[in-house]
Order: sequence, then C-alpha cells, then structure tokens
Amino acid sequence: MTTKTYCWAIIDAIREEMARDDRVLLLGEDVGAAGGAFGASRGLFDTFGPARVRDTPISEEIIVGLGVGAAMTGRRPIVEIMFMDFFGLCLDQIANQAAKTRYLYGGMFSMPLVIRTSVAVEMGIGPHHSQSLESWVGHVPGLKVVMPSTPRDAKGLLKSAIRDEDPVIFIEHLALHRMKEEIEDGEVLIPIGKADIKRPGRDVTVVATGLMVGKALAAAEILAAEGIEIEVIDPRTISPLDIDTILASVAKTNRAIVVTASLKPFGFGSEVAAQIMQHGFFDLDAPVVRLAPPFTPTPFGKGFEDFLNPTADKIVAAVRELLA
Amino acid sequence: MYDAPLDLYARMMLIRACETQLNDVFARNLFPGYIHSYLGQEACAVGVCSLLGDGDKVVSTHRGRGHYLAKGMALRPMMAEMFGRASGICGGRAGEMHAADPAIGVLGGNGIVGAGLPIGAGAALGMQLDGAGAVAVAFFGEGASNNGAFAETLNVAAAWRLPLLLVCENNLYAEMTPFADTVAQPRVAARAAGYGLPGETVDGNDVFAVRDATARALARARAGDGPTLLELETYRWGGHFEGDPKKYRSRDEEAAWKARCPVARLRAVLLAGSDADAARLDAIDAAAEAGVAEAIRFALDSPLPEPERALDHVYAA
Repeated sequence: MTTKTYCWAIIDAIREEMARDDRVLLLGEDVGAAGGAFGASRGLFDTFGPARVRDTPISEEIIVGLGVGAAMTGRRPIVEIMFMDFFGLCLDQIANQAAKTRYLYGGMFSMPLVIRTSVAVEMGIGPHHSQSLESWVGHVPGLKVVMPSTPRDAKGLLKSAIRDEDPVIFIEHLALHRMKEEIEDGEVLIPIGKADIKRPGRDVTVVATGLMVGKALAAAEILAAEGIEIEVIDPRTISPLDIDTILASVAKTNRAIVVTASLKPFGFGSEVAAQIMQHGFFDLDAPVVRLAPPFTPTPFGKGFEDFLNPTADKIVAAVRELLA
Repeated sequence: MYDAPLDLYARMMLIRACETQLNDVFARNLFPGYIHSYLGQEACAVGVCSLLGDGDKVVSTHRGRGHYLAKGMALRPMMAEMFGRASGICGGRAGEMHAADPAIGVLGGNGIVGAGLPIGAGAALGMQLDGAGAVAVAFFGEGASNNGAFAETLNVAAAWRLPLLLVCENNLYAEMTPFADTVAQPRVAARAAGYGLPGETVDGNDVFAVRDATARALARARAGDGPTLLELETYRWGGHFEGDPKKYRSRDEEAAWKARCPVARLRAVLLAGSDADAARLDAIDAAAEAGVAEAIRFALDSPLPEPERALDHVYAA
C-alpha cells in the first residue's frame, strides 16, 4: 500500500495505461511540458515524449475533435478540457460526434475516448469555473460519465475508462486533488457503472457524488453520535447509473436523500429521485429529498458557495427532518 | 486509386446518375427526408478521391454522396442507407447526411456544418502516429470556413504538420445565403496564409486541375510537410436541399455554371483525344444509369429496419 493524493492517483493511472498500451495518448492545454494546469500530468511528457503527450492551443473544439478522429483511426486518446465550464466550447464534438459515432454507423466504429475534466466547486473561482455539469452529459446517450470521490476510485475508474470502448467523461473534483488515501500497489481497476457503499447504515440512504461524498460522511459522524446511522452511497458513475445498489439500500432504510453539486432542477438528483420513486415506491416511508444548489449561477465572493451548496450541517438537518 | 481518364469519367457519371435519379425519386415523393444534392460538384470528389488509397481517410459533409462513391463505397448499401433501409451500410440509422465505411477509409458524413474538420485533424493525427504515409482528407463547404472549427483545425494542422488535406468545395452558397454576403474575404484559400499553411484555389469543375492540385497536396502531406488548404471553385446546381426555391440567385447564373458542367467538360476532352469515342462514353453513361436504377430498386425493395434495432449500438456490446 502507498499513500497517494487524488492528483497523483490520476497521474499513476495515466502513466500505467500509457506504458501498457502505446495507443494511449494525452492531449490538452498545458498537459505536456508544464505537467498539467493542476499538475495532473507531471512527468508524463518526459516519460512518453511529445508525440504522445501533446500540448494543444486553447481550442476546445479541436481538442475533443482530435480525440474523436484519433479514436476512429485506432488510437485511445485521453483529452483534457481544463474546466467543465468550457464544455460549451466543444459540446458538439462531445454530444454529436463522440457520443453518436458508434450508433450512427451501426457499430462500425468504436470510440475509446476519455475526456478528462475538472469541476471546481467550492474553490472560489466564480461563475465560469465552478459549475458541476454532470447532468448535461448524463443526458447524452452514448456517453459514460464518471465522477470519483476518492484517490483510489479516481485511479481505478480512470484506468477502466481508458480501456473502455465508449467515450467516457471523467470528472475530477479539484477540491479533492490533495485528498490522500492508501492505494494497493498492484493493478487497481474499478468497473464503470458500479456504485460503492462508502458507509453502511440502517436509517436513511444518502446518495452523494464527488465532493458531496465527504460531506455526507462528515454528516454521518455527527448523526452517529445521536444514534442515527445513515448509509452513504457514492454512485461513482453518473451514467450508466447503478440504481440497483441504491434501491437495495432504500429497501432497507425506507428513506433517501440525494446530495449533489449539480443544480437541483433537471439535475442528476432529480433522475435518482425519480428512479427511486418509480422502482422503490413501496419501500419509501417519505418522499425522496434532493439537496442541491438552487437555480442560480455561482458567484465569486467568499461565503456564497457555503450558502448555496449542500454542507454537512444541511445534510444532518435534512436527515433529522426526514426521521422526525 | 484510379487514374485512367475513362475511370474518372465513369465515376463522375456514376455520381451524376445517382444525384439525377435521386432527385427524380424525391420529386415522386418516394424519398424519406431531405436530399442535399451533389449535382455539379462531381469533379471535386473524383479529382481528390481518385488519388487516395484505402488506407487514406476521408471525412465528409452533409452533401457527401459524391465523396462516398468517389472513394469506392459500394453503391447498393450506400443507396439503401440513403433510404433508411435495413440493408443500408449503417443499417438505416445514419440516413441521407451520413454514411461510413471504415474498410475504405470513409469516416462518415456529418449533419453539423464544420464538425468534420476537427475529426479530420484527429484522423490525420492517427495517420501521423502510424507513420505509414497515409493521409486524411476533410471535405467541407465554404460556409464551414466561417465556423470556429475551421480556424481551430487550420491552426493545429499547420502547427503539428498533420498529413491533412483541407478540401473546401466553394459552391458559392452557404445554405441559402451567398457566401460573399457574409465575408470580407471571399477567397477561402487566402485564409491559409494566416495560419501558416499553403492555400490554393483551383477550378473545381476541371477534374484534371483538381487532381493536379491534390497530387501536390498529397506529396506534401506524405512527405511530412503538413497540410494544404485546397479551395475548389464549383457550383451547387440544386438548392441547399431539393425543394429549396433558390430565390437567392438568378436562373442566368445557374445557366452560366451549367455551361461549365464538369462531366460534359471531361467528355469533351475525352472525345477530342484518342481514348474514347462517343459510343464508348455512351455505354459508360448507360451502365451508370442502369447501376443506379438497380440500386434504387434494391433500396426501395429492402425492408425497413426493425424498430427495436433503434436501441442497438448506443454502447459497445
């Protein structure tokens, strides 16, 4: 076992997969000699060279398009879009091209493309760098969307994403980049589409994603002191959603809260709530609760995000209310 | 790859027959959806694709049948795809604006103007990494040259010296708007200089001129000297789609361009030389007409896809 940060776990995953398969490429802004805008490709340029680790201009549409075309001609590209807020600049290549190529052409092409991106929720960088847009891409058939909340999950899911034959949106939470965890030294592969029970419990099911997982676990500690045991489930994959793990939990707890950084209306939390109510209605003792930021952009000033976003205290309050 | 003048003629006639008969089928209300006709632009597709091998990749547009046929896509499955039939090359899922055949390097059409350019650059990156001398060709219209994808693609292709041919078929109309009304610089090839790659304007209705320019661009790409922007001056005989009343241009203008018909021009060259006489060319015409008619019958006789197949291929099995 070795203690790794979330950021180094990502670097290790890319390094291992690039060493394992010379079809794997890394393309993006600052990913080469600079080692990544957030340091998440340190050392890769020196190891694998400029042919396979390429700095691109600030041109998001062609960053993804290069990945699409290279994937269609036998490569396994990882492309980086620095912030998920920049998806607006390349959404056609993501949603119309990468996502639909296999489908349109009747399975004649695979699309082994990974689009790595960062969500900087609660980093205080203002309305163009703070959006958690997993719900945008969760709505696109053909894409897989993963959102790891721990270093080990990040490593194992990224390695699986690189080996996947379909396009995977790999969403990193920047606020987690320095999080540390012990990771086994051998191969770590975590299947896409499989949720993880981060803390078992009997009283309320709390489904949380990304940065919200840690808040749910903090809430669980507070509640445990009161004798309330919540079960924290991290779906890890937004799409395809592992609803079975969630439903099995709800069958036990009969209550559910979904905690996301994705905004409440039309968001991932709404999808999870709808599926629980559709498939687990008779297990429920109360309506499913969504804890999510309200329908507003994210302002810059300190204090705004705490006000808008779910916190451990807000989760605690919601659990208490649900059990009242 | 095909070089013989009679082969060039046969391929152009195949496209001509295909587009003519599809318009007729459309007029008889037997065609599902829209037709984006390639009529009038035959020398562009054939001039470029006749110099490509199966290992070279082509990215097409919403007006792609000329490229598919010039690159060697089998006529019947292509035609059935246009009609959305189960026997279509993509199982009827792709339709009139899309078809692909990886075996011959056709990476698809596109319903989004300009979207093929970045994909073409990606394919060229794949070819560059393969190191086997293959190239990628991205076809696009002059309308796409006003898209951000065009700028991003020219820049990256030139900076990375990608083996990419950027082939602009300048047919003068971006959908229903005259291109010249939307730009201060209507010479698309002139934009190349700003990105540091060669640009060349060519008579796109002269198949030999297109081939000469393509050969130069291919030599550069295969030698590792990077991309070339070719602007092929041509004319879209039809509207943006069939049924477009074409109020944005005059019938005189159309007649002047039809007088420069690429197929008739090649025919005249062939008749003036010693390779062919009228009877031989007429036989080629008849074979093209018959082949297309048979393919349309095949398409119309083919079953529709089973609706449940709509759920296939969203992800790898």
